Amino acid sequence: MAAITLEAVGKSYAGGVKVVHSIDLAIEDGEFVVLVGPSGCGKSTLLRMVAGLETVTEGQISIGGRMVNEVEPAERDIAMVFQNYALYPHMTVRQNLAYGLKNRKMAKDEITRRVDEAAQILEIGAFLDRKPRALSGGQRQRVAMGRAIVREPAAFLFDEPLSNLDAKLRVQMRGEIKQLQARLGTTSIYVTHDQLEAMTLAHRLVVLNGGRIEQVGTPLEVYRKPASTFVAAFIGSPAMNLLEARAEGGVAHVGGGRVPLEAAVSGTVTLGLRPEDVRPVDAGTDGAFVLKLAYVEELGAQKLVHGTVEGHKFACALPSDALLGDELHLVPEPGAAHGFDAQSGKRLG
Amino acid sequence: MKRIFFRNKFLPYLLIAPQMVVTIIFFLWPAGEAVLQSFQREDAFGLHTTWVGLANYRALFQDPAYIYSLQVTVVFTIGVTALALISALLLALAVDRTTKAGSTYTTLLVWPYAVAPAVVGVLWWFLFNPTIGLMPYLLSLVGYHWDHALKGDDAMILVIISAAWPQVSYNFLFFVAGLKSIPASMREAAAIDGAGPVKRFFTITLPLLSPTTFFLVVVNFVYAMFATFPVIDATTQGGPADATNILVYKVYQDGFVGLNLGSSAAQSVVLLAIVIVLTVIQFRFIERRIEY
Repeated sequence: MAAITLEAVGKSYAGGVKVVHSIDLAIEDGEFVVLVGPSGCGKSTLLRMVAGLETVTEGQISIGGRMVNEVEPAERDIAMVFQNYALYPHMTVRQNLAYGLKNRKMAKDEITRRVDEAAQILEIGAFLDRKPRALSGGQRQRVAMGRAIVREPAAFLFDEPLSNLDAKLRVQMRGEIKQLQARLGTTSIYVTHDQLEAMTLAHRLVVLNGGRIEQVGTPLEVYRKPASTFVAAFIGSPAMNLLEARAEGGVAHVGGGRVPLEAAVSGTVTLGLRPEDVRPVDAGTDGAFVLKLAYVEELGAQKLVHGTVEGHKFACALPSDALLGDELHLVPEPGAAHGFDAQSGKRLG
Repeated sequence: MKRIFFRNKFLPYLLIAPQMVVTIIFFLWPAGEAVLQSFQREDAFGLHTTWVGLANYRALFQDPAYIYSLQVTVVFTIGVTALALISALLLALAVDRTTKAGSTYTTLLVWPYAVAPAVVGVLWWFLFNPTIGLMPYLLSLVGYHWDHALKGDDAMILVIISAAWPQVSYNFLFFVAGLKSIPASMREAAAIDGAGPVKRFFTITLPLLSPTTFFLVVVNFVYAMFATFPVIDATTQGGPADATNILVYKVYQDGFVGLNLGSSAAQSVVLLAIVIVLTVIQFRFIERRIEY
């Protein structure tokens, strides 16, 4: 158990390519932090720097109050779960779990105790004597986690551990990782590009873009108050609609309607509205804007209506029994509209 | 896989004919002749032959020179294989660690494989020549008097180095490919699991390379036993006092120099049997791949 602190951490490669820019992040003991962002945003690099698999070119990383910049991965008291699991194919599951303990010269009966305990927690007891080759994807995933938990490390590092699983298994394993982390209370850093995984797992989300932190916060904070258009578009599914609009005194004018914003701004703004935050009203309702329909996706509980508002793409989620014409008149739910600066993309208000 | 059917009955046979002709003329026919001759004895002028049954084989295994040649072959084969495999693995590990010059380095290391075997022999013969060679001069500085023309051990070392050198390139390529196929995350996981570089090599890398290694051991065995004739001929010619007279070279010496065709043929048949055994091992184990 340990807190992890990143101070002004940066990474540049030979040739001057900079992939991580001055990251400051304090992770509390027992916290589950998810680093999320599109591919190439530096999230994996950052995780690998914490693990000691990449050198730190700027700043400091501390684990449990100890500066670890120059410490070997083995000495950092962390365990990592890799995307491809990285199980040793020539060893049985039991040997895979015991390998890290053996290398640390742990007593035999203690190794057996820990392996059996991990096997019980993860329900992999039945195939301890099998080779990884003979296991399914989900079982391998469990073994990879088993290898992490037998070590009882100060922190778990997860590098997109679920991306090799099919959708159904991913949802199941997601739930198991969450429960496991809650049960063990071990500080965890989890890297993913899947915003849904990030939302469901994290105590705190760190949204990264281009090697920089866009926003840090609890999943709900990030969802409700995205700090920029990047975060707004990245977090939440279906994605938030972003429209160019003219604002006057804190009211955005778009599609013939009026949308009140939180900040009293004027001029060109980017208006953000989540698909589920609009409601259809009768034609002619005061302040309603017009959506021209293009196509509809039926999701079962809801339908997702795609169309355009003043030529900009716009989607809204409606009850599955909603009646549709060629046009819809929509008003935003009170307080649901997000305003962003048209140039910088930063949140207004 | 797509199956192709020929309407013409004879076309398939015509298509494999060139290969079959080559195999028959250059392999089956001579091999058959050798088997026949191994049961015969020919007079000094080659005028007539008599059937002697297994006499050639019996004489062979009672001949101390043949037993000695067998021992020499074992030492030579193990020496060449070990030297060629270990040097190749070390070079491959070095390339695997480099990030930039890896491909240049690989290209350069592969070149020796393109050198003709006889030239390889001559090259090393010059390098180790007791009179004009560089190596004996360097060795004399540390007080060793090198003379492969007189000392059997020196001669053995010389032929082992000469024979192993081009083979290093071959093995190196396979090891580089083998190392590339081990995911980096495997070694990273082992590093996090507390295994140092040496331990990582012996507990992770080497076991994962074992299919490659096993394949190369068989290939190098076959090479050292059967394809090293030019190297021996260009360096020591089996000498001094048969110290480097490996089985393949002895077949040639007894048959074509000594003109004892019956014994020479029996020796070829023994070699043939060894090839068959090695091939069976290869098919049995390699085709099934080493299990891990």
